[in-house]
Amino acid sequence: MAKVKCPECGEEIETTGIITVCPGCNADMRHVMEEVGHERAERMKTIARDDSVTTHEFIVRTRDLRKIYVMGEVEVPALRDVDLDVRRGEYLSIMGPSGSGKSTLFNMIGGLDKPTGGRCFIEEVDMAQLDAFELAWLRCRKIGYIFQTFNLIPVMTALENVTLPMIFAGMGTDEMMDRGRELLELVGLDDRLDHKPYELSGGQQQRVAVARALANAPAIILADEPTGNLDLQTGKEIIDLLKELNQESGVTVISATHDLKMIDVSDRIVHIRDGEVERIEHRADLKLEIGTLGSEIEDAE
Amino acid sequence: MLDVKGLARLVGGGAEEGAKIQRQMTLPWGDAFRISLRNVTIRLGRAFITASGIVLGIAFLSSVWTGAVIQEGLERSERAHLEELAQATAVGGADEKSTQDLIAAAEQARKSRASRQAWLVVMSLLVCGVGITNAMLMSVTERFQEIGTMKCLGALDNFIVRLFLIEAALLGVLGSLLGALLGHMAMLGIFAIRERTFSVAAKMDWSQMLFYLVIAVLIGTVLSLIAAIAPAIRAARMRPAVALQSEI
Repeated sequence: MAKVKCPECGEEIETTGIITVCPGCNADMRHVMEEVGHERAERMKTIARDDSVTTHEFIVRTRDLRKIYVMGEVEVPALRDVDLDVRRGEYLSIMGPSGSGKSTLFNMIGGLDKPTGGRCFIEEVDMAQLDAFELAWLRCRKIGYIFQTFNLIPVMTALENVTLPMIFAGMGTDEMMDRGRELLELVGLDDRLDHKPYELSGGQQQRVAVARALANAPAIILADEPTGNLDLQTGKEIIDLLKELNQESGVTVISATHDLKMIDVSDRIVHIRDGEVERIEHRADLKLEIGTLGSEIEDAE
Repeated sequence: MLDVKGLARLVGGGAEEGAKIQRQMTLPWGDAFRISLRNVTIRLGRAFITASGIVLGIAFLSSVWTGAVIQEGLERSERAHLEELAQATAVGGADEKSTQDLIAAAEQARKSRASRQAWLVVMSLLVCGVGITNAMLMSVTERFQEIGTMKCLGALDNFIVRLFLIEAALLGVLGSLLGALLGHMAMLGIFAIRERTFSVAAKMDWSQMLFYLVIAVLIGTVLSLIAAIAPAIRAARMRPAVALQSEI
């Protein structure tokens, strides 16, 4: 923890570097945070893992991905032949109204459900070919999940929640505890290690969830409406945290959302409607019309 | 700009770890036990309701057995008394015969009582089993979301089953121990009041009583485990997406 002073209103804020705007006057604090961030980065190098061999350009690919839910006698198609390529290191948002199939797509990519037809590849591995063990391995080490409802284990402390995936991955106790503490410090919760989820605010719980998602150094972070249960300010903090993770570490972020704040940070936005990809927007295109977009966001909120 | 360079290394950008990919997935017994124990101690109220079925069932079983052991002790001392009497007044064959008759009649009564008690025990175990199954089913069902989350974090099906079975075993041991003692004390108290003396305790066969108590605890634990197996396996086999969506 370090103390920084807001240049606008002079308020003193204690932080580990996670906040990006002053809670008092909403001024941009990023440049002030730089020093705090450097300090942390130095300490973090001691537990860093070195694996940087890039293999495939596309980390996730889907081909003709189809999912049909059977409700009694009625067949409800949730996804119809979705083709999607996600580049390594990309920040991708999947947008669409509720019931559009974005959560279903999230489940397919995350290996949480089986598609009715078509294929889904992670690092060129067809998920349909994986057995239960390999799927668990993939979920444990390759993918970090973040949920709308946080989904922390209620009987465990913040630290235990973060270290649980490391237990599954067979990490040694000391290494596990150190890494867990580092990750929680990284998301600004080093003073909340032994708090149970119900003793934390929504934003804090979601930050624990982000730390947990990072437990085994995943290649992909899958976030299903990560800001859905948060207020504007905390939602913004989570989005910023994800974006910075994405930029600095190159982890691929795929986020299902209908939060328009996500548009700002996404490299690409996939719009889904009635189980089909309606259109894909690139960040480069979006910048041209940023003026109209800004007013759109305000209208929506 | 927030510097997350350290984090960048930490996360590793998702590349393969070269050749040494650990294919290991583990949940050591120590950790599993710790998590299960935590589940019991933190949800103590819930655990108590689950365990109360075991406590009551085993208390009944234990009380039936305690009653039998006490009754036997009483009869043994009475028989000894009769035999003494027969020897003291050993004048003619007729008196001895009537003493023998008395002993035979007591034996007969004991046998019919034993068969009646066997029925009671079987019925109590059945009721207790149904109660435990229902309690376990509920405690698994209300944690579907937690199970789904664990599977997202990389838990294999057998991790989930293991956690629930350890929890069931813990509840089984504690619940049936409590139940066995409760039933035992209650029956001892009832006999003490009926006979108006605590000598019933002195007359009973304590080694046999202890054996029965151990058996009662074993039965309670095994019943609790059997009751937990089916819901635990069902929960563990659920696809994570389904488990995550289920709401109670």
